[in-house]
Amino acid sequence: MTILFAGLAAVLVVSSLMVILHKNPVTSALFLVLAFCSLAGIYLTLQAEFIGMVQVIVYAGAIMVLFLFVIMYLNLGRDVETGIQIAVRRGLGWIVGAVLLAEGAVMFGRRWGLGPVTPGPSRPPVGNTQALGQILYSRYLFPFEVTSMVLLVAMVGAIVITRGQERARRESMGTRAGARGPGGRPPRTHAEEAVAEPGLAPAAAGEPEEQASVAGSARP
Amino acid sequence: MSGVPFLLPVDWWALGAVIALSGGAMALLLLEFLPHGPESNRAALVSLVTLLAAGASVFVVRDSRRALFDGMFVHDGITVFFTFLFCAIGILSVLLSWDYVKRTRINRTEYYALLLSSTLGMVIMAGSNDLITVFLGLELMSLALYVLVGFRRSHLESNEASLKYFLLGAFASGFLLYGIALLYGATGTTNLQKMTAVMSDSPMLENPLFVVGALLLVVGLGFKVSAVPFHMWTPDAYEGAPTSVTAFMSAGAKAAGFAALVRVGLSTLGAVRTDWVPVLSAIAILTMTVGNVTALLQNNVKRMLAYSSIAHAGYVLVAIVAGGRDGASAALFYLAVYSLMNLGAFGILTLLGRGTEERVLVSDLAGLGFRHPGLGIAMTVFMLALGGIPPTAGFMAKVYVFGVALKAGLVPLVIIGVLNSVVSVFYYLRITVAMYMEEPQAEPTHVSWAVPGALAVLAAVALTLWWGVQAHALLDQAQRSVLGGM
Repeated sequence: MTILFAGLAAVLVVSSLMVILHKNPVTSALFLVLAFCSLAGIYLTLQAEFIGMVQVIVYAGAIMVLFLFVIMYLNLGRDVETGIQIAVRRGLGWIVGAVLLAEGAVMFGRRWGLGPVTPGPSRPPVGNTQALGQILYSRYLFPFEVTSMVLLVAMVGAIVITRGQERARRESMGTRAGARGPGGRPPRTHAEEAVAEPGLAPAAAGEPEEQASVAGSARP
Repeated sequence: MSGVPFLLPVDWWALGAVIALSGGAMALLLLEFLPHGPESNRAALVSLVTLLAAGASVFVVRDSRRALFDGMFVHDGITVFFTFLFCAIGILSVLLSWDYVKRTRINRTEYYALLLSSTLGMVIMAGSNDLITVFLGLELMSLALYVLVGFRRSHLESNEASLKYFLLGAFASGFLLYGIALLYGATGTTNLQKMTAVMSDSPMLENPLFVVGALLLVVGLGFKVSAVPFHMWTPDAYEGAPTSVTAFMSAGAKAAGFAALVRVGLSTLGAVRTDWVPVLSAIAILTMTVGNVTALLQNNVKRMLAYSSIAHAGYVLVAIVAGGRDGASAALFYLAVYSLMNLGAFGILTLLGRGTEERVLVSDLAGLGFRHPGLGIAMTVFMLALGGIPPTAGFMAKVYVFGVALKAGLVPLVIIGVLNSVVSVFYYLRITVAMYMEEPQAEPTHVSWAVPGALAVLAAVALTLWWGVQAHALLDQAQRSVLGGM
C-alpha cells in the first residue's frame, strides 16, 4: 500500500508541476487530468471509493472537458508546437489506441454475459456512499447548503459579468464623455477605442435618452 | 459515524438571519422574471425588507446561546452583535445605492441579490465555529464582492479593480484553505473548540504543521481585512468599485474578516497567545504606519479613504493583539463605530457628481461646505470621527482600544498608534480645509440629492455623534456579546 501511495503521489506531484510548467495550455490541461486521476487513486487507497469515483467523473470528466473547450475556443495552443515530433506523437497514439482496443477485446471475451462472473462478497450494511450521505445531511448539512449558495452566487456573478456586454457597450457612449471629466483618472484613449465600437453609433441613435446623456455630459 | 443521527434537530430561529438573507437573495433573482422599468425601486425595497427581517429574527433570540449542526454554526453574543452590525451596514448600503445605481445606470436586480448574498457570507463568517464554515462564508462574501466591484462594466477602472481583487482574493483564499488543511492535519479537527481542546492536551508549537497552518490562516484573513503587507488590492478595488459598493465592502468585508479573527483569537490562537503577540504586533504596526503615511499622499478621496481603512484595520489589530475578552469587546466596539463613519464618508461621495461622472478628487470638494452646508457639516463630522477627535464616536473607540492595549502592557504599540492618529488628523482635516477654505477651480461639483441616500448619511451622523457622547450603551453591548460568546 505504501508503495502504491508513493507511486501515485509521485505521479500527482510531477503532473501538477507539469500543469504549471508546460507552455502548451492543452498539454497542461491533460496533465491536470492525470493529476486528478492519480488523486482519485490515492482516494481509492484510503478506501474512499465513492469520492475516488466522483473525482474521476466530476473533475477529470466534466470540469476538464469544459476547460478544454474554453482552451480550444481561445485558440491558445496553435503556435506553441514544441516537444515531441508529430510523427512520434502519432505513433504513440496508435500504440495507446491498440492497447485500449486489445484490452477492450479481452474484457469483451471474458465478461460477456449478464451479471458478474464471480459472485462478489456480500455488501457491508452501511456502505461508503451511504455513510457519506448520512454525514453530509446531518453534521455537514450547513456547509453543504452554504456551498450551494456559493455556487449560485458564482453563477449569477458570471452571468452578470458576461450578459451585461450588450448593455454596457451601449452605455459606454455615455461614460466615454464622463470618463473625461475631472473626477476620473486621465482618459485612456486606446482602451476607449476598444470599448466603443464605431458600428454602434446607429444603435445608440435609436435611443433618445442615450443621445441626450451623451450631449449632456460632453459639456465641459 | 453511525452515531450521528440521520437528521439533527435544528433551532430555526437561531438560523433566522441566514434563512432570511438567502431567501431574500433568491426571491430577488426570481423577481427578475416579472417585468419592471429601469427606474424600478422594487429590488431595493425587497432587500430592505429582507435585511430588516434578518435583523428582527436575530432580535427575537438575542439572549439565547446555541450550537447548531454539531457545532458548525454557533448562535451566541458575537454572532448576534455582528449580525446586527451586518444588517445595519446592509440597510445603509441599500439606502446609499438607491439613487446612485440609477444615476450610474447599474440599477439591476442582481446588484441587490449579490449585496444580500455578500451580507449572508458575512453573517456566516461571524457565526461559524468551524474553519470549514469560516472558509465558505468568506468565499460567499468575496465572490459576491468581486462581481459587485466590477459592476460598472463600461468603466475600465471598475474592470481593473474587479480583476485585481479577484486574482489576489483567489490567491488569499488558497492560502487560507491550505492553512486550514494544515491545521486539520496537525489537530485532526476543524472545529475551533475541539482544536483548542487538542492544543491544551498537547503542545502544538513544536509542530511545524500547526505553526505554518496558523500563519497561513492569519495571511488569508489578513488579506480580507487589508492588513499590511496583504493590502495591495485595497486602494485599486476601492477606487474602481461603484462608490456605494466601496462603502459596503469597506465596512462589511473588514468587519467580517475581523469577526473571524476575533473568534479564532478568542479560542484557538488565544491558547498560545504569547507566541502570536510578536507576529500580530508587527502586522499591526506596519498596517497603521503604512496606511496613514500613504494616505497623506492621495489626491483621490476614495483612495485616501482606502488607505485610511487600512490604517483603521491596524487599530483593530491592536485590540486583537491585546487579546482576551477586553480586547475582543474593544475590537467589536471599534468595528461598529468604524463601519458607521466609513459608510457615512463614502455615502457623501455617492451623492457627488451628475449622471455617471465621478467627482471624488479632493479638489472636487472645494467650496462644498458653503454651497451645501448640510453635506459640509456631515463630512466634517465623519472626518473628525475618523481622525479620532473628541466629541465623536471615533474618539471613544480609539480611547477604548488603546486603553485595553495599555492594560495588556503593550506600551510601544500604543505609542505608535497614538502617533499614527496624529498623522491621520492631517489628511482628514485636509478635506475639511478643502470644503471650507478653497474655491473650486473648475465647474463646482454638482450634488445629486436623493432622499434615501441623505437619510442614510443623516443616520450615520446622528449615531456617530450619539455614540461619541453615550459610548456606554454600545460598549456594554459589545462587552455583553463577548461574555456571551465564550
